[in-house]
Amino acid sequence: MAHRKPPLREVHADRGAKFTGFGGWEMPVEFDSIRTEHSAVRDSAGIFDVSHMSEITVSGADATELMQRLTTNDVTALDPGDSQYSCITDESGVILDDTVVYALPEGLDDADAATPTYLFIPNAGHDEQMYERWTTHRDEWGLDATVDDQTEEWAMFAVQGPEAPGLVADAANEEILDLSRFEATNTEIAESECLVARTGYTGEDGFEVLCPWDDAESVWGEFDCQPCGLGARDTLRIEMGFLLSGEDFDPENEPRNPYEAGISFTVKLDTEFVGRDALERAKDEGVDERFVGVKLAERGIARHGYELRSDDGDSIGHVTSGTMSPTLGEAIALGYVETDYAEPETRVRVVVRGDEKRARIVKTPFLEDK
Amino acid sequence: MFEIPDDLRYMESHEWTSTDDVARVGITDFAQDELGDVVFVELPEEGDDITKNEEFGVVESIKAVSDLYAPISGTVVGVNEALFDQPELVNDDPYAEGWMLEVEPADEGEFDELLTAEEYREQTE
Repeated sequence: MAHRKPPLREVHADRGAKFTGFGGWEMPVEFDSIRTEHSAVRDSAGIFDVSHMSEITVSGADATELMQRLTTNDVTALDPGDSQYSCITDESGVILDDTVVYALPEGLDDADAATPTYLFIPNAGHDEQMYERWTTHRDEWGLDATVDDQTEEWAMFAVQGPEAPGLVADAANEEILDLSRFEATNTEIAESECLVARTGYTGEDGFEVLCPWDDAESVWGEFDCQPCGLGARDTLRIEMGFLLSGEDFDPENEPRNPYEAGISFTVKLDTEFVGRDALERAKDEGVDERFVGVKLAERGIARHGYELRSDDGDSIGHVTSGTMSPTLGEAIALGYVETDYAEPETRVRVVVRGDEKRARIVKTPFLEDK
Repeated sequence: MFEIPDDLRYMESHEWTSTDDVARVGITDFAQDELGDVVFVELPEEGDDITKNEEFGVVESIKAVSDLYAPISGTVVGVNEALFDQPELVNDDPYAEGWMLEVEPADEGEFDELLTAEEYREQTE
């Protein structure tokens, strides 16, 4: 199957980017070097093209009810211009996807505080499946809501790092500096009407910018900072212990509920949603395995799929993401272990190509000042 | 353009070897660029034998793990231990400071079976 291409595919190629297939999209993985890009975001600022992320809008009289019943968080807590991290779970509570749900700021269309228009951002390549899920349930429940897959109408950029707010304020206006974390507003950048939100996936301050697909080049050009690929996006999010859909959870290969995955804060059991009853049981009964951070004490790098063992040599879990942390200069990993072994400072072993390497469970984020 | 010294011989899998009595082995400029930031190398020890076309070690960048294949058979007489603390030397200087092994060749005839610089250049273009 041919990969979908972001609007700036050729602009990035001219800049010397290397590409990789991700979620059915052909995306820049590296512009200069992962280390260079990673440090730029931690020390100054970097810009990522994340146009592979999906965009689905939900509007109409019953939009709130449809969103409430298909996501684990409480969308009624959102005023227009707010957003929240949330999960989409199946009947058994397994995470199908994680997402950010926005109640769009007023002014974009005829939405208002009583019947906001929602935008949610499924992961790359999940737009068709989520569109199906939303429309099927809408019809089954007889709700009045319009669901629109706008994935190929929006480019999405993430401008991240301690200097990102200044860059975005210069490109847009000073008022965006008043946005709190997870707040969004409509604003013009390079004469293009954009949605700017104080969100990100790096652990740094910064913004995500949605702009019309056809304006991508002029908006991208407003940000004079290090272009960054998916490689640095991965090392940055691993240092923060953030989950990656398809790696750290996956309905097929790594079925996990939000309690196992360490994101129970996204679950509001006092709301009604698909998977709620299963998650209430999971909460009451406790989970057998937990998502943890792992730090290696010996030379070697833990990668997706590597086995984790107890100090006695028993198999206790596996790694789902791992890398050499560019900030720490140490090998770090994320994965699931049996709950008895999930306490920080528990000594474990990672099996690297048949050899056991000493390691220990650590708290995430791996970076102390985050 | 990638640097491909004329006096070395090459594998299709991007390892190089010198043709000296004690041959130096490493990975090419093209290979280090493809891998990106090298963060870890796993190499045999002095005295170990390596066999042409078989794995002799592993190089890991931030994003990938790659096996290393022996361009020649022989006995390892030197290991670049600087790479254990500074694996980035493989990126910075793949043909000099980033060398990996010194090998006493078992059969010098094997050098002729490898790609010349010109043949390797064609492959990478």
